[in-house]
Amino acid sequence: MAKSIISAVNVVKRFGSVEAVKGISFDVKQGEIFAFLGPNGAGKSTTIKMLTTMLRPTSGQLILAGHDVTRERDNARKAFGIVFQDPSLDEELTAYENMDLHASLYHMPKAVRPKMIRQLMELVELWERQSSLVRTFSGGMRRRLEIARGLLHEPRILFLDEPTLGLDTQTRNLMWDYVKKLSHEKGMTIFFTTHYLDEAEAVAERIAIIDHGLIVARGTSAELCHQTKTKTLEEAYLKLTGETLRDEASSDNNGLNFKTALRNKRLG
Amino acid sequence: MDILYTLWLRQMRRYVRSGSRLLGTMGQPILLLLALGYGIGAIYRRAGEGNYLQFLVPGIITQTVLLSAIFWGIIILQDKRFGFLAEMLVAPVSRIKILLGSAFGGATISIFQGVIVFVVSGFFGFRPHNWVDVPAAFLVLVLMSVALTSFGAGIASIVDDFQGFQGINNLLVMPMFFLSSALYPLNNVPTALRIISTCNPVSYMVDALRYLLSGQSHFGLVKDLIVMAVTFVAALVFAVNRFQRIQM
Repeated sequence: MAKSIISAVNVVKRFGSVEAVKGISFDVKQGEIFAFLGPNGAGKSTTIKMLTTMLRPTSGQLILAGHDVTRERDNARKAFGIVFQDPSLDEELTAYENMDLHASLYHMPKAVRPKMIRQLMELVELWERQSSLVRTFSGGMRRRLEIARGLLHEPRILFLDEPTLGLDTQTRNLMWDYVKKLSHEKGMTIFFTTHYLDEAEAVAERIAIIDHGLIVARGTSAELCHQTKTKTLEEAYLKLTGETLRDEASSDNNGLNFKTALRNKRLG
Repeated sequence: MDILYTLWLRQMRRYVRSGSRLLGTMGQPILLLLALGYGIGAIYRRAGEGNYLQFLVPGIITQTVLLSAIFWGIIILQDKRFGFLAEMLVAPVSRIKILLGSAFGGATISIFQGVIVFVVSGFFGFRPHNWVDVPAAFLVLVLMSVALTSFGAGIASIVDDFQGFQGINNLLVMPMFFLSSALYPLNNVPTALRIISTCNPVSYMVDALRYLLSGQSHFGLVKDLIVMAVTFVAALVFAVNRFQRIQM
């Protein structure tokens, strides 16, 4: 059994009287590709924010690579890289400057920076554009740069929060190829969320589904289908989380739940 | 130090690349110098108050710093709205460092713009009454820039959208400028206006600069410096406090 690198024990997050996350526990093993799925407003984003030290859990414990996220925050922060759901580059800086700023924020030794930056920018095929302002980049290029940036400080865990939202199919495939390569070659742990269930089915080694602040199912894609007596992950997901629409806290739905629900109704 | 420098450098790069920002914040002071310096100057002299330009320039320098500091707050707001702040907040760096590094960048821009107005006012005929005091005036400019930039950062941390920020600008910044000693001497104004201006920290910033650049003062330099020091600390505490509370 591989060691677990992310572990959550009874994690609760309350906003005033609303309990967004109601005591969840899960483990992610070292080197695993783990998908965290759930409808909008289910507590997915809140959980990611707690894992990445942007929100403090109300109670419970979160451990990243052996570091408690509240008590040893800076060590926990060094252990992960993240690609946010929303773009998070400085558009007025060049691609290289964005990378260099990140290196500095993560206290990387000056001597290794140029080599590491070059290596990663070559990996995502952006080295030729190193001195272009990010403002001039397409959505896919930005995403690639964000991935390179998230990997720069050699984190052991990479969080990807809906990383393929708004990307074309080519870029999506390319991105997942990188991610799988990283996991297999470097033993990096990948924790991602997505609304595209085919992606989760194809890429994730294990999956957890959160709904109404609780984890309602976990396992491999095949196990989830088996548990729910369905054929695809999408059917399993809809069986577990229901087909009704959710009230959301934010307006980032993209009609995705609605479309899947509708499609499934027609099929059924 | 490396991090403070990097964050400072980021602000500098953004500033240098944005020509419109330079023009946007420099246009107004030059316009004020032209319109008021020449327009009102003649009446001012006839009223027996002396050279209006000598009186006005410290006020316009202060206005430039005030405007540039608040304008700079928009960058924090942009970072918050367009996500770059998230990148900084999950990095293993304390928020205070992030705030200070960025605010020093903002302050440097303000200082630079203040110096430009000083130089430009020379072409309009402004002369410091004593060059020996100019370095001290520069220190006052630095103190005032850091204080007002921190204030701008604090405001930007509270406000969540650009419209709200515009409102703050109209409701707070314009009164802070117009209801201070920047444009007119406080000796002869109606009592109500004098009371408001006396409570406005910007008045003391203008007054300190005016003492050092033009040899005129309403409150006296000691009082000016005390009020400025208090404002400086208060603005810094305000900024740190608000910035710590930002939730993404």
